[in-house]
Amino acid sequence: MNSINILIVGVGGQGTLLASKLMGKIFIDSGLDVKVSEVHGMSQRGGSVVTYVRAGEKVFSPVIDLGEADMMISFEALESARWLPYLKKGGVVISNTAQIDPMPVIMGNAEYPENVLDRISEKGVKVVSADALSLAEQAGSAKAVNIVLLGIAAKQLGFDKEECLNAIRATVPQKTIETNEKAFELGYNL
Amino acid sequence: MEKKLLLGNEAVAQGLYEAGVSVVSSYPGTPSTEITEAVSKYNEIYSEWAPNEKVAMEVAIGASFGGARSFCAMKHVGLNVAADPLYTASYIGVNGGMVCAVADDPGMHSSQNEQDSRRHAIAAKVPMLEPSDSQEALDFTKIAYDLSERYDTPFLLRLSTRISHSRSLVTVSERKEVALKEYKRDVMKNVMMPAMARKAHAKVEDRMDDLTVWADTEAFDLGVNKEELFSDEIGIIAAGSTYVYAREALGEKASYLKLGIVNPLPRKAICDFAKKVKTLYVIEELDDIIETHCIKLGVKVIGREVFSPLGEYNQSIIEKAIFGTKKESVAVECDIPARPPVLCPGCPHRGLYYALKSLNLYVSGDIGCYTLGAQAPLSMMDTCVCMGASVSALHGYNTARGSEAAKKSIAVIGDSTFIHSGITGLIDIVYNKGISTVIVLDNSITGMTGHQNNPLNGKTIKGDPTTAVDLEALAKAIGITNVRVVDPFDIKTTKAVVEEELAKEEPSLVISRRPCALLKNVKHNKALYVEESKCVGCKACLKVGCPAISQKKLENSKTRAVIDANQCLGCGVCVETCRLGAIKTPENN
Repeated sequence: MNSINILIVGVGGQGTLLASKLMGKIFIDSGLDVKVSEVHGMSQRGGSVVTYVRAGEKVFSPVIDLGEADMMISFEALESARWLPYLKKGGVVISNTAQIDPMPVIMGNAEYPENVLDRISEKGVKVVSADALSLAEQAGSAKAVNIVLLGIAAKQLGFDKEECLNAIRATVPQKTIETNEKAFELGYNL
Repeated sequence: MEKKLLLGNEAVAQGLYEAGVSVVSSYPGTPSTEITEAVSKYNEIYSEWAPNEKVAMEVAIGASFGGARSFCAMKHVGLNVAADPLYTASYIGVNGGMVCAVADDPGMHSSQNEQDSRRHAIAAKVPMLEPSDSQEALDFTKIAYDLSERYDTPFLLRLSTRISHSRSLVTVSERKEVALKEYKRDVMKNVMMPAMARKAHAKVEDRMDDLTVWADTEAFDLGVNKEELFSDEIGIIAAGSTYVYAREALGEKASYLKLGIVNPLPRKAICDFAKKVKTLYVIEELDDIIETHCIKLGVKVIGREVFSPLGEYNQSIIEKAIFGTKKESVAVECDIPARPPVLCPGCPHRGLYYALKSLNLYVSGDIGCYTLGAQAPLSMMDTCVCMGASVSALHGYNTARGSEAAKKSIAVIGDSTFIHSGITGLIDIVYNKGISTVIVLDNSITGMTGHQNNPLNGKTIKGDPTTAVDLEALAKAIGITNVRVVDPFDIKTTKAVVEEELAKEEPSLVISRRPCALLKNVKHNKALYVEESKCVGCKACLKVGCPAISQKKLENSKTRAVIDANQCLGCGVCVETCRLGAIKTPENN
């Protein structure tokens, strides 16, 4: 593998940091150099957030710029559209179908674009979407949305399922292991 | 040796641990906060949250006097607060080694300006190291302590958002205990009066000359500075994050002079490197400090000519500036509404702001989560400058405009920010017979930086119980007779109390007290719901700016309010907005 760039986007507070931490761990366990760039502070308060995960033989920059991401994992449909220009030609979008209205939409000053994921597909981009919240609830906790999406991404990236589950077991709190294992499987087997 | 994927900030903490540091005092500030949070996990290191950065640095200076290796961390603007002790600590030097980490925020992810901390290093004549990844963050921290003791100077460690908040692989090792150095009274060294300071200043100038020699020689042996030769066409001088961006963007199409010490800068190494390449670029975010240094050396470089002083760089910016290349990308053809950060569902600040909205007040604002109330729809802020300015600037505003203005104006300041630097402004109001009304938004935590304990909440950095500052007693002790406490979720009482206090020809302190909704021990009510048959779609409830309430379109193109049960914490502030009683609390709440 040359190098791989993964963009993880969502709304502050959705649990994107755990997803990026796990993704980083999976790459390290497979022997690659890794950099993960996180967002802390102000944007975590319901703003648009982005985390970069980069892996390869040697990674210098922790950031991913326009047209550089192999994959985008998105926790919210509008955020998939916002960050789409970061995807490289032939890249894949893994997106939650959830729609969370941003404040300008709530206030009626802007419109939430209709069929936003279809608009991305129309651009010739491969989109794998799922109602990750329902799957997470099915696994036992609405908070497991991040692990469901990670499961979908792992399948697309051709990751070994057992290795991913080991990384999850080693990272999440003991009492949530079972829920997270189920969530991962539901995503992986989608 | 064990390898770990650490944040730059965690790697600094690991470096402190390995360097045998034993006293750490900091004030939280994005992007520096996690250093001290990580330090608090080590039992071998004493750590604390100080009330502000000046206190933190003075604690570190005192611990150094006492013979310990000491440390403080802050964000860039925090160093303005701590500048006073830093500039004189530079003259005094150290006993135990002392390092201050300062984290800049190019691009202002979470800050009110994007000042360049290298300016402080130059002005204070304090040496500064700048790592470019987590491994260097750890290594440079340790090197800084050795140099601090060898050259008798405090050291600055410059970080930036990308270095502080990026994870990369780090090799960790064991802690090397460092014995407490002997303390000896030395008035000539440690008491700065004019006679001593004149001598000290000369010593400081010599020290910086010595460190320039170090930057040209040993810095290269240790790998703090590094020359990487691949091309004789293009040369790059860079430090910290800009080095990794350039290295990624240009690969082996350029040669690099990577600087790990950014004050003082090497001289000979730069002149030598310049001779090895045809075109030399300096790549630095924010100010053109290295470029100016090169010009002084008579070295021809390209810098500001192609690189902006604004914001954060990345590999594409560098590639475009040097090669003119641009990457292809796709975009959807529709407007994408912005998603600015907002007050969380259940946030107590929302209740306070909504309660006071109809009073049309001038609101002197401050730094914290509550600054988010400046945005629509709450729009409850006129000014915001820096930590603590809400209180003193309100006094200035009211002094300029008179008592009628004072009856239509308030300051809003959080609990931690009030302790940081709001108290002195309040004393100014009382002492100088002002009549301003100040509101402390006491949510029992330092919120925006991610929940740190503070002197008002009765818990130490480790969560152990301690004496809490009694805010009401404090206000009375400085001479405020009108001290009122309100619950911001009680909209009517909050509004009435603030109106009463505004009407008085005396200063008042109103404490709006309710813990942050994100605290684990805070119990929430069940999610509210909208009874659709009662809602007429008037949108009054949207004026509280709660992300849990939105509007949905019905088939007949009318709209109705809808509450997202996954987000709503049942605070009830929106209930007050609905004259039709359409927002309901579930039964058996």
